[in-house]
Amino acid sequence: MNNIESFILSTLSATVRAGTPLLFAVLGTIFTERSGVMNLGLEGFMLIGAIGGFVASYQTSSLLAAILVAMLAGAILGLVHAFFTVTLRVNQIVSGLAITMLGTGLSGLWGKDYIGVIARRFEPIKIPVLSEIPYVGQILFSHDLLVYISFIMVPLMWVFIYKTRPGLTLRAVGESPDTADAKGINVFAVRYFYTILGGSITAIGGAYLSLAYNSMWIENMTAGRGWIAIALVLFATWDPAKALIGAYLFGGITALGLRLQAVGAHISPDFLKMLPYLLTIAVLFFTSTDTLKRKVGAPASLGVPYSREERT
Amino acid sequence: MRIKIEKRLTVPKYSSILVPVLSVALALFLMGIILLVFFYGRLGNLSLAFRETFEAYKEMLTWPFANKYGIFSTLMRMVPLAFVGLGLSFAYRMKIWNIGGEGQLYMGALAATWGALYLFKDVTSPVLMIILISILGAAAGGIWALIPALMKAFAKTDEIVVTLMLNYVAIFWVDYLVYGPWKDPKGYGFPGTAPFPDQARLATLFKGEFHVGFFIAVALAIVLYYVYKRTRWGMNSKIVGDNAQAARYSGISIIKYTIIALVVSGAIAGLGGAVQMMGIQHRLQHGFSPGYGYTAIIVAWLAKLNPIAILLVAFLFGGLLVGNDQLQMFYKLPMALISVFQGLVLFSLLGGEAIAKYRLRVSREEAVTNE
Repeated sequence: MNNIESFILSTLSATVRAGTPLLFAVLGTIFTERSGVMNLGLEGFMLIGAIGGFVASYQTSSLLAAILVAMLAGAILGLVHAFFTVTLRVNQIVSGLAITMLGTGLSGLWGKDYIGVIARRFEPIKIPVLSEIPYVGQILFSHDLLVYISFIMVPLMWVFIYKTRPGLTLRAVGESPDTADAKGINVFAVRYFYTILGGSITAIGGAYLSLAYNSMWIENMTAGRGWIAIALVLFATWDPAKALIGAYLFGGITALGLRLQAVGAHISPDFLKMLPYLLTIAVLFFTSTDTLKRKVGAPASLGVPYSREERT
Repeated sequence: MRIKIEKRLTVPKYSSILVPVLSVALALFLMGIILLVFFYGRLGNLSLAFRETFEAYKEMLTWPFANKYGIFSTLMRMVPLAFVGLGLSFAYRMKIWNIGGEGQLYMGALAATWGALYLFKDVTSPVLMIILISILGAAAGGIWALIPALMKAFAKTDEIVVTLMLNYVAIFWVDYLVYGPWKDPKGYGFPGTAPFPDQARLATLFKGEFHVGFFIAVALAIVLYYVYKRTRWGMNSKIVGDNAQAARYSGISIIKYTIIALVVSGAIAGLGGAVQMMGIQHRLQHGFSPGYGYTAIIVAWLAKLNPIAILLVAFLFGGLLVGNDQLQMFYKLPMALISVFQGLVLFSLLGGEAIAKYRLRVSREEAVTNE
């Protein structure tokens, strides 16, 4: 009995850890896409964040520097994406694919000499009192700092988007840039800002992999998590609270797969590794417009470049 | 004299050739800067880094295109790129974003291996065997694309992420087989199947440096060119891509076109996987594709979905893959370089296309202010 209990507890605790990189990526992308800029480059953002954070941690042994460098790297890619999608108004899908390739490539090039080295990592911090709570303490309050930051970000972002003035501006730009423009909001500035901000938050998700989850740099270490996060943004209907549920759902399936392997279940590890990808497909299917028979809350102008000349 | 930027009413025809060519040139230049930074980081001396970058470029561009062995390697790398690129063009024409070329290629290869080693192992005629395996490979790629096709057609599920997720599933499936039930018992623990029998191998020329899969790709490109330019399908699929609303009003079934576009797209990529097995690999192996399915996305885009242009661009990118291998070997540069280059090409192309919509007008008279 005790065995099963510890299996469940460790799986749930691992769920939070496996879900955290996804959560950051989804939260960042919610910002970007709420402003009307579609982002398919998450894989690139995460990888550049993973290597940026890792190199900074290795060079300076400062975790603060690591996170800042990861965010800066993500912000630079975000700037590129914003320049192409907002200023040049190119196809946002293709720009996202290009970001993916660029991020994958640059991270591989940058990380060439950092394979197999050890850098300072985020160590688990048990929160006093809270971590003593039976079960909940072990599942939620025995993690590292980044996990706690992600806990705090979810409600903060929710309040920001739905209850504050700048949040309203953000939503207005994503829903109806014409109207926002008429109200005197600078649509271009808002889209630039949130594409850059979203990119830097997504990059933290990557840094979580190299600084806490795997605690090393592996080429292409995101292994499709960026794409899973894209599906989760749809699943969450651009709502930070639902993003948390989605990220942990996927964290759970990943953790379960790994735990089952560890205890020697008679299933091929290759099939267990397929689970998150298959679940993503299922989630996409069940959240697609026609399955739900309702309008999903996508920002109305998502993916549509805004041009003042072509205002209607 | 004053210079004014204004929007063109129509984008000139020459820009559809000029922009891709300039994009590749610009991307090569930008990659040169990145390489320079990389070498500077390694060598710590700018003039040495310059020389190293120059030498690396020379190696990367001469071996694949100006050396007999290099050109054969380039042609052989071109074949899978051309197949997948042609397949993708079939869906992209309708603005259906199949980015599952990699998975469809893997499934084609998997099915081809199943045919060669198990299903048709008693077939002795090479012609029959090759035809059977080709059909099987194409069917597997088509079925793999049928999943997103049905989801998109009937539930409007976004195909981008679904096709991409299926890449991972296909790769893990192949891994399962080559590490598990299909592993060659005589393979010294190497993750691969037993070799294909002789009757399941494509004919080769030039002492085995070249296989006839190349001609299949060329023939396919010509057929697709004809389909796109001269058939009802070609015209209708273009209408669906440009204006789905108009297509629906003119009585085109979007559901039917969506399904056919994705399935044919996958089938062509799957055929590419089968040809790759029969022509070069001769056995299914872990990671046999260095991302052909992803590189083919750029190939299709750069070629503006024109099948003949896809062959040319596939040749160019085949050469770049070969060149990249050379760099890896002699300069210890990572594989990732090719992704950097692909990202740069795509951005240059996007930027070029955006800029081509505008023109500079230089007029001699003094600026006349309206106010």
